[in-house]
Amino acid sequence: MDIAAKLAILADAAKYDASCSSSGTEKRHSAGVKGGPARGIGSTEGAGICHSYAPDGRCISLLKILLTNACAFDCLYCVNRSSSNVARARFSVEEAVKLTLDFYRRNYIEGLFLSSGIIRSPDYTMEQVVRVAKALRVDHGFRGYIHLKTIPDASPELIAEAGLYADRLSINVELPSETSLKRLAPEKDLRAVRRSMGGLRSRIEEAKADKRAPRFAPAGQSTQMIIGADGSDDRAILGTSANLYGSYRLKRVYYSAFSPIPDASASLPLAAPPLMREHRLYQADWLMRFYGFSVGEITEAGGMLDLAVDPKLAWALRRRDRFPLDVQRASREELLRVPGLGKTVVDRILSARRFRALRVEDLRRMRAPVEKALPFIALADHRPSISLLDGPGLRERLAPRPRQMALAL
Amino acid sequence: MTPRRVALDGPADVAGWRSAARRLLAARVPPEAVIWSAGDGGDDLFAQTEPLPPVAPENGAVHVPRAFLDLAETALLHSDPGRFDLGYRLLTRVVARRHLIEDEADPDVARLRGLAKAVRRDKHKMTAFVRFREVATDNGPWFVAWFEPEHHIVEATAPFFVRRFAAMRWTILTPERSAHWDSQELSFSASASRSEAPAEDALEDVWRTYYASIFNPARLKVAAMRSEMPKKYWRNLPEASLIRPLIASAARVTAEMVDAPPPEPKKGQRLMAHNAPTVDRDTDALGRLRDAVDGCRACPLWEPATQAVFGEGPADAAVVVVGEQPGDKEDVAGRPFVGPAGALFDRAAVEAGLERRKVYVTNAVKHFKFEPRGKFRLHKTPAPGEIAACGRWLDQEISTIRPKLVVAMGATAARAVLGKAVKVGEARGHILRRADGAEVLVTVHPSYLLRLPDEARKRQEYARFVDDLRSALPYLDAA
Repeated sequence: MDIAAKLAILADAAKYDASCSSSGTEKRHSAGVKGGPARGIGSTEGAGICHSYAPDGRCISLLKILLTNACAFDCLYCVNRSSSNVARARFSVEEAVKLTLDFYRRNYIEGLFLSSGIIRSPDYTMEQVVRVAKALRVDHGFRGYIHLKTIPDASPELIAEAGLYADRLSINVELPSETSLKRLAPEKDLRAVRRSMGGLRSRIEEAKADKRAPRFAPAGQSTQMIIGADGSDDRAILGTSANLYGSYRLKRVYYSAFSPIPDASASLPLAAPPLMREHRLYQADWLMRFYGFSVGEITEAGGMLDLAVDPKLAWALRRRDRFPLDVQRASREELLRVPGLGKTVVDRILSARRFRALRVEDLRRMRAPVEKALPFIALADHRPSISLLDGPGLRERLAPRPRQMALAL
Repeated sequence: MTPRRVALDGPADVAGWRSAARRLLAARVPPEAVIWSAGDGGDDLFAQTEPLPPVAPENGAVHVPRAFLDLAETALLHSDPGRFDLGYRLLTRVVARRHLIEDEADPDVARLRGLAKAVRRDKHKMTAFVRFREVATDNGPWFVAWFEPEHHIVEATAPFFVRRFAAMRWTILTPERSAHWDSQELSFSASASRSEAPAEDALEDVWRTYYASIFNPARLKVAAMRSEMPKKYWRNLPEASLIRPLIASAARVTAEMVDAPPPEPKKGQRLMAHNAPTVDRDTDALGRLRDAVDGCRACPLWEPATQAVFGEGPADAAVVVVGEQPGDKEDVAGRPFVGPAGALFDRAAVEAGLERRKVYVTNAVKHFKFEPRGKFRLHKTPAPGEIAACGRWLDQEISTIRPKLVVAMGATAARAVLGKAVKVGEARGHILRRADGAEVLVTVHPSYLLRLPDEARKRQEYARFVDDLRSALPYLDAA
C-alpha cells in the first residue's frame, strides 16, 4: 500500500477526534543564535495556526493520523472498533515521521497529532507512538507542535517519555458517565482513565513548578466527549466537564457530536449529528471557564440546553430581574453576563468608561453587538423598554432566525 | 495654506512615517496641513513637497506613549490610503492627552485599532496559507510560494518564516514585495507575478488526499469554513479545488452510511495479549482491603473522585493516625497525607519525636468530597451518612492492625473512630476508649491550623498540636 492509500485510511480513522489545537505551548524556533546555523526545523509561537479548513468547518492545524487503525477494543461508537469491517493500515515510524516533515516544510501544518488503535498491549502501543515523537524531536530537531494520545495504563516510563517530546497529551473520556462507557465501550476503564489524567496533571504541575524537572507536556492535557451516542443530558455532560477541569486542570474538553460512521453498529443512533447541541455545549463550556457561570446556573431550566438561543441569552431571559444593567457602573462580572458582550468588548467598555459617559454609538464603535445587548443595558442615551424586557416578545425578537448551518456556496 | 506633502519610501515605510511625524510634531505642524504620500494612492497632485522641518533638539523630546507606537506600527501596514493621515492626527491628539489611547470609544482610536486588527489577521493568514512548492536547484531544494496579501505585510511577516524554516532556502513571491531566505540572509525584492512561481509540487496530491480524508461529510458547516478561510485565498491553496466536490458529494456519502444495512460484525481476532495485571494483587489482609475499597459504591462520593485513597504504613503499627478525607493532592496521587495538611502533620510529627514511618496513617472517608470551582476543587465536609458508610473500611483497617492508640484528627475522624459525634475542644487531652478496646486520642486536624488567619494564634495552636502528638510517644515506645 503506498503512502497516500495508507494516509486515506489513517486520517479517515482519526477524524472523529475533534481536537486540532496547536496553541498554548512554549515558544520555540529553529533560527540560529547570533547568526549561527539553524537548529533543526520548526517553531511554535504561542497562538496556534489553522493552515486550512475543511467544509465541515473544522480547523486543520495538525497532521492528524492514527499510527494504526487496527484495534483490540470494540467500542460501539468507533469506526476503528475490532468488529468493524473498515480497511486497516499501519504506518511505520519512519513513514509517519517523513510525512510530517514533508507536510511541515511546505507549510501545510503546525505539527503532528498522533493517536493509535490499541494493539498487542497498552505499553506496546504507547511505545510505538512515542517512537515517532522521539524520532521527530531527536533525529530531526523538529520544533513544531506534537500532540500525542496517551494510552491509559501505559507504564510511567513511557508516559514520562511522551511528555518529554509532546506539547500536549490527551486521553479521551469518550462518554460522560461510567454506565454509558460500560455499555458502549466495555473494554475501557473510566477509573484507569481518571487515574491517568491525575498522573498527567501531577507531572505537568511538577514540570511547571520546577525548572530542573524534566520537560512535560507544556501545552497541558485535554479530553473529548462524544455527544449524542448515549442518553446523557447536557447537565450530566457539563457536570462531567466541570469535574474534569477542576480535577485535572484540563486545557480543553472537546465535544464531538456523534455522526454516522461507515460500517456502523446497529445499536447507535444513525442520524444527522447534533451539531447545534454540540455548538451550545461549547458555548456553555466557555461560560463556565471564562464568564463565571456554574453548571447549575446554565442548566437551571432543565437538563438540556435551549437550542434556539445561546446559553447566556437563555440565562438572561430567565433572570430578567437582574437587568437592566447600568453599563457605566456595573462590575466586570456583571457586564460579562450581558447577552452579546464578550470579554474583549467588556474590557473595552471598562477602559473607555473612564473617559466618557458611554452612549449607544460608542458601543457600536467598540464593535459590541448592540442590538442583542440593548434590551438588557442602560447607557447615557438609552433606557431599555421595561415592557420589552419583561414582555413575552423579547425571546422571539432576539432568537436568531433558524438558518441552515450547511449553507451551500 | 498649501498643504505640505511628505513622501514616504513605499507603502510599508512606517519608520519613515515615524521620523517625519516626529519632526512635524516638533514643529507643531497641524495634521490638516500634511499630505502623506506612499505611492499607493491618496496623493494630492497639487500639494507641494516641502523639506521637512529640521530636527529641533529642544522640541524633539516629545514623549509618545508606547501603546500608541505599538498600535501604529501594525495599523500603518494597512492598505487604507488614509492610514498615515489618521496616524499623524491621532499622534497629535495623544501627545496632548496621554491617556486618549485607552479611550476605546474615541473614533480615531477605534479606527486605528480596527486597522491594526485587520493587519494582524492578514499577517496571521499569511503564516497559515502560504504554500511552498519544492524546486530542485544545483544547490539542493528551494521552496517557493506565491501569496497575495491584502495589506503591506511581507516585510513584517517574513521573520516568522525565518524562525520556522531557518534551515531551508525559500522565497515568498507576492504582487508587491518578495522575500528570500538563503539559509543565511533575509532579503527583499520588487513585485513578482504568479507565473514566476512553480506550477506544482508532487506532494500536493498527498496533501489533497489528507484534506479529503480528514473531512467529515456528515457535518457540513460551509459558512464556518468560509469565515475562517475566505474565498479570496482559495486560488492559491492546492486543497481548495476539492471544496466544491466534497460539498457536493457530502449528502450522498452520509446517506450511504446511514442507509447501509447493519454490518455483519467482523470475526475479531484478539490483537491484544492480555498482560498480567499491572498492579500486583495484594494478598495480605490490608492489601485485600485496599483492593476492595476502590470498588466501594456504598455512598455517591466515588463517582466524582479519581480513586479511593487507602491508608499507608506498617501493618502492625502501634499508632494509627486518622484524618478526615483525602484532599485534592491525595485524590490524584492515590496516597494519604501528601497534600499541604499532610506536610504540616509530618512536620509536627518530627517535632514531637514521633517516628513517621512507624505510624499508620489513613482517613475516615476514603474518597475526596469536593465542589468543582473553575480550575480548582473546593473541599466539602463529608456528611454523617458518608462517614458512616465508610466506617466499615476504617473499622476493618483498625481491627486488622490492632493498634494500641488511634489518633483522631478533627471532628470527622473523631466521629468515625468513636462512632458518635464528639466536640474536639472537649474531647481533646483525654484518653478515650473505642468499643473494641483501643485507646483513642482526639486532636485538631492540621488543616484547621492552616486556616487560622492570626499568626500568633497559629503558632500557639501548632504547639498544642505537637504536644498532643507527643502524648502518643509512649505507645510507640512500648511497642
